[in-house]
Amino acid sequence: MTVSIADLVPGASESGGDLSAATLREMFRFMLLARVLDERMWLLNRAGKAPFVISCQGHEAAQVGAAFALTRGKDFTLPYYRGLATVLVMGMTPTEVMLGLFARATDPSSGGRQMPAHYSHRRLKIITQSSPVGTQIAHAAGVGLAERIKGGDAVVWTSFGEGTTSQGDFHEGINLAAVQQLPVIFQCENNEYAISVPQKQQMAVTSVADRGPAYGIPGISVDGTDVLSVYEVTRRAVERARRGDGSTLIEARVVRLTAHSSDDNDRTYRSQRELKSMRLSDPLARFAAYLHDQDMVSEAEERDLRADVAAEVDAATEAAEQAPMPDPETLHNHVYAL
Amino acid sequence: MPIITYRQALNDTLGEELKRDPNVLLMGEEIGVFQGSYRITEGLLQEYGPKRVVDTPIAEEGFVGVAIGAAMLGLRPVVEIMTINFILVAIDQVVNHASKIHYMFGGQVRVPLVIRTPSGGTGQLGATHSQSFENWFAYCPGLKVVAPATPYDAKGLLRAAIRDDDPVMFIESLALYDTKGDVPEDNDFVVPIGVAEVKRTGTDVTVISYSRMTAVAMQVAQRMANEGISVEVVDLRSLRPLDRPTIIASVKKTNRAVVIAEDWYSYGVTAEIAATIQEEAFDYLDAPVQRVAGIETPLPYAKDLSAASKPSAHSLIYAIRKVME
Ligand SMILES: Cc1ncc(C[n+]2csc(CCOP(=O)(O)OP(=O)(O)O)c2C)c(N)n1
Ligand SMILES: [Mg+2]
Repeated sequence: MTVSIADLVPGASESGGDLSAATLREMFRFMLLARVLDERMWLLNRAGKAPFVISCQGHEAAQVGAAFALTRGKDFTLPYYRGLATVLVMGMTPTEVMLGLFARATDPSSGGRQMPAHYSHRRLKIITQSSPVGTQIAHAAGVGLAERIKGGDAVVWTSFGEGTTSQGDFHEGINLAAVQQLPVIFQCENNEYAISVPQKQQMAVTSVADRGPAYGIPGISVDGTDVLSVYEVTRRAVERARRGDGSTLIEARVVRLTAHSSDDNDRTYRSQRELKSMRLSDPLARFAAYLHDQDMVSEAEERDLRADVAAEVDAATEAAEQAPMPDPETLHNHVYAL
Repeated sequence: MPIITYRQALNDTLGEELKRDPNVLLMGEEIGVFQGSYRITEGLLQEYGPKRVVDTPIAEEGFVGVAIGAAMLGLRPVVEIMTINFILVAIDQVVNHASKIHYMFGGQVRVPLVIRTPSGGTGQLGATHSQSFENWFAYCPGLKVVAPATPYDAKGLLRAAIRDDDPVMFIESLALYDTKGDVPEDNDFVVPIGVAEVKRTGTDVTVISYSRMTAVAMQVAQRMANEGISVEVVDLRSLRPLDRPTIIASVKKTNRAVVIAEDWYSYGVTAEIAATIQEEAFDYLDAPVQRVAGIETPLPYAKDLSAASKPSAHSLIYAIRKVME
């Protein structure tokens, strides 16, 4: 069963739970920023300025809802390649993201070494993933283990797709975290596809959350296009982890509004009907409608906000494009610590 | 002979072998509906159905293991690994099982498995997405490793690999998929595993290469001819078994050797070839063997850094000049 905020907090779907109107507006702004920034990366790719783009479009509510339940600068995140909205909420700026995309010397993640969308930020406690999927799941358990040994109360949050749950790392990482009762939140962003392969060819269960109890931890499935539901579910998982009660597996059911990446065409494996109907589940449109309904953001305010965000993305793109390339003389840097 | 792409040669061969032998089946990620990340399996699901063209979960260790199990019962699985980077999560199955089961069974059980995968880099794919690992497998007794450079060899070696009774690592190259060449139509044409080929004859220096670097070597040889240097190109085609006699015969003729490969310099394929030449043709050498290989860093994403980290026509020419001094 997929829970929604109405099941968790009676009346919450009307009021936004205990979140202030200002917080809801901020959530909306982050969702919008992620969307506009993501769309810009595609334009840059099509213009030949970015070799590879992979999107968070359709995952914004799942990521923003979850990240708002975390504490910026304190909690650790190990997002996967769709985690653009996650890292923006955790504190990365659009300029920093663009510096990574353009592989500039001043890219704060890796100085132009790491692939784009393999996000990281040392100060913000964002830890990079590698291209083989799922390896961050075990790292998250390790970070949780270290945090506990060091006596801290930060929680660790990691994300991955439903296809990735077929990898051994998923099983091995979660199992160890569960055995050790580590403060880790495993967020599976289930968009029902792994590139072209549908969920039913990936697993015989209908919900990834069903696997939680098999490891002895709660598994919760939540509507990942509803930012407030994801926030509430994650808030509870964070409380549980901070209390020392252990890990939680959350499945956020989302839609992938783009092709898998800039390298494929999803019209070859998704029907016209599906491509059309998934637009109805656009989390951004959904939250905008909710905020209008609640009189928290007027349509005029939304227009202003969009203009604002677009200007921010313009500025970020320009600043990053002008930044220097890494010097080939530095080719051998960073291979060893000493 | 018809002229087709390397991609088409692979696609045709898979189709022909599926048709010829009901024990052949394909397994891998995105090979069915999507027709392969690089469209090598185009049309095959449609023609042979989901029992013979199996889209797997993202679980390389699992499905390579499954393929080994099936191969022990006499099926001939041809597994696609999206890129060689992702086989690292399955390396225990390949190195500890596929390669050793025949031995550990005292020769009673065979593992007629083929693992196809592109190796090496094109574009900016970064540290964990564009590596060359064929030497890791070539290191392992019990495995056979082939790495064709032309559509002709791609076809002949893939057919040989599928019909072989031992596990074969079939190394492809993203940069070669669109290259074209003559390919025979004969349905039983094979290129024997373990046999190198002199792709261009020359008298001044031997360049030894395989896969994409053979294409680079052929271009460079043409350029050097204009400068009056006659380059012989030995295309290894198989890394294990390694055709040492062909290498040695060429070096004994030209008295100079340059070895080029895309993997990292230390402990890479070029080291093995250089050692072979030293052992078997030392007295014939007029200059030390030159090696051209990858710079020893993880592969960077930034364009300039990425270009600087890989062997190229430029670095090969530099090495040829050096060996000619
Ligand atoms: C070990 C490994 N195998 C294969 C791939 C190629 N690959 C990249 S993304 C992907 C699909 C992942 O699907 P999912 O986990 O559902 O995440 P989504 O992209 O749908 O968000 C695959 C197969 C990879 N990166 N790593
Ligand atoms: Mg998915």
